[in-house]
Amino acid sequence: MTRFLLRRLLYAVIVLWLVSTLVFVFLHVSPIPVERVIGGPRATADTLAQIRRNLGLDQPVLVQYWRFLRRLAGGDLGDSYVNGVPVARLIGDRLPTTLWLVLGAGLLACGGGVVAGVLSATRARSLWDRAATVLVLLGLSTPPFVMALALLYLFAGGIGGGSGPFEAGPPLQEHFLRRMVLPWVALAFLMVAAYTRLTRGALLDVLGEDYVRTAKAKGLTRRRVVYRHGLRAALTPVVTQLGVDLGALVGSTIVTEKVFGLQGVGQLVYQSIALGDTPVIIGVTLVVTLFVTLANLAVDVGYSLLDPRVRSG
Amino acid sequence: MAWGRAAAGSAAGAAVAVPHGGSRRVRGRSPAQLAWARFRRDRAAVAALALIGLITLFAVLAPLWARWSGHPYGATFPETGLDANGQPRGPGAEFWLGADQLGRDVFVRAAYGARISLLVGVLAALLASLAGTFAGMLAGYVGGVLDTLLARLMDMTLALPYLLVAITLATTFQISSVGASLTMTVLVIAFFSFAAFGRVIRGQVLSLRRAEFIEAARSLGASDARIMIVDVLPNLAAQITVLTSLLVPASIVFEATLSFLGVGVRPPMPSWGSMLGEGGEVFQTAWWLLAVPGVLLLLTTLSFNLVGEGVRDALDPRAERSPVRRGELRR
Repeated sequence: MTRFLLRRLLYAVIVLWLVSTLVFVFLHVSPIPVERVIGGPRATADTLAQIRRNLGLDQPVLVQYWRFLRRLAGGDLGDSYVNGVPVARLIGDRLPTTLWLVLGAGLLACGGGVVAGVLSATRARSLWDRAATVLVLLGLSTPPFVMALALLYLFAGGIGGGSGPFEAGPPLQEHFLRRMVLPWVALAFLMVAAYTRLTRGALLDVLGEDYVRTAKAKGLTRRRVVYRHGLRAALTPVVTQLGVDLGALVGSTIVTEKVFGLQGVGQLVYQSIALGDTPVIIGVTLVVTLFVTLANLAVDVGYSLLDPRVRSG
Repeated sequence: MAWGRAAAGSAAGAAVAVPHGGSRRVRGRSPAQLAWARFRRDRAAVAALALIGLITLFAVLAPLWARWSGHPYGATFPETGLDANGQPRGPGAEFWLGADQLGRDVFVRAAYGARISLLVGVLAALLASLAGTFAGMLAGYVGGVLDTLLARLMDMTLALPYLLVAITLATTFQISSVGASLTMTVLVIAFFSFAAFGRVIRGQVLSLRRAEFIEAARSLGASDARIMIVDVLPNLAAQITVLTSLLVPASIVFEATLSFLGVGVRPPMPSWGSMLGEGGEVFQTAWWLLAVPGVLLLLTTLSFNLVGEGVRDALDPRAERSPVRRGELRR
């Protein structure tokens, strides 16, 4: 067990290192003139040179890379080029919004998916099954922003707290629920398909197992067989998927945040890219990757606790 | 199952009615013919295929629409397209599907947008399936260190925040021409799609590698390259077809998302995603700016998904629709 854990941990560290290197290389070869971003359009050549020196950009690439890694290892993400604020604080301010969005949407999608999956697995060919099939197809086919825009078009003004598309609303604390409901629905709609399929498939598999037949033979009610014996076992892969999704979602809320004007991590990186604010881009990418890796790690560990067969693989 | 029974039944019937040399001959049918016959019975998939045909026609004829209406896709018509308050005019005789906030023809732009969506969707899916098949086969067949490396690379690609990296890539290279942005978009989508594809193929190859017919080929002295191409690849054909056809709608959504955020296909070339992104500010008053590209996008991806599922059912009748569809679980 300890060996397994150590190996997964080592792997997580390697992924983080690779991603940070990748981002470093991208931004190093990019043609965005960093000193211009900081100095502004009217800076003199002397000022620009001074800025380069201060940032250490006049040093050889390898020296810069080494410094970058050393700072990262100490948990320092650097300062924003645009306003000099530490990146860690910028991200820290925005992270709660994104996490609320992700958590709410994830739970909504998972709950809805399980209900739809159970209905379509236990009532084949019924109206419920058809409805679930249509839901899955629509969820798979709808681009994220189309759903968001459509919801906003239908309900804006009322439930959305008065803000139109792309407008930053008041701070999240005000009208928290009202401003979160539409984004939750929009984001959850895209993911519900995966959970429906997963639940349906897993439940059908489990219902074919011997112990379920035994339960039926004992004369238990159908309801009891499906929910107590079947669903319980079928939920393992669903919960796994939720873990992975919650991690991955942190990086994919850009569109939802943009349309609904939520000031989360996605908006932060979107704005930073437009401004050429390299440290913020790197910081967000790393934090998001950290979330994904941690989620995967948690899922791996949870799985290996439940199912010893995984540990060898 | 039903097939087998039906065939046996009619053969027995024929034997009774026409003892020898009857006119009803059993004709061999190729797997492709059988698959097509199964696909044709899926009415939703056939309708979706027809819809894709219509959308393709709409896209191919884009220059014709521009000529007929007299509105090239990039041209603005402030006098005819906007009303006295500068608001875009709705659908009518002059602008069939309305004008956008700059007075451009939404119908013509939607047709050009269809070209982008179809082109990027199909190209990216093909590229991803090519790369994924190659990587998956190599990893699964060769094994060892190469397998570990490739498998980990694919795992890592799946762990990357793809939207973030795609946006970073597209902006850092500050691409401004239409052609370059198209190439970039296709490459980015293919890169982030190949891993999931490769993982499935790798799994298939891993189990195929131990099959007896592979052993047979090896003991006959076939080289690794020959086994991979002649023995392994044809056995993956069904999987590859299904995965690729389901990858097309995903790629279309991906492209639209990138263009919506302004980092996909660059203006003046319209894309459904960028049309939605640009029209977003005014669609409260001009619903067609949301409805036209939104509905087209949804119909296209929905059709491709339906066709993809039809193809899967046709090529692998056992997959997915197994117990429930056959009604075994009903009581």
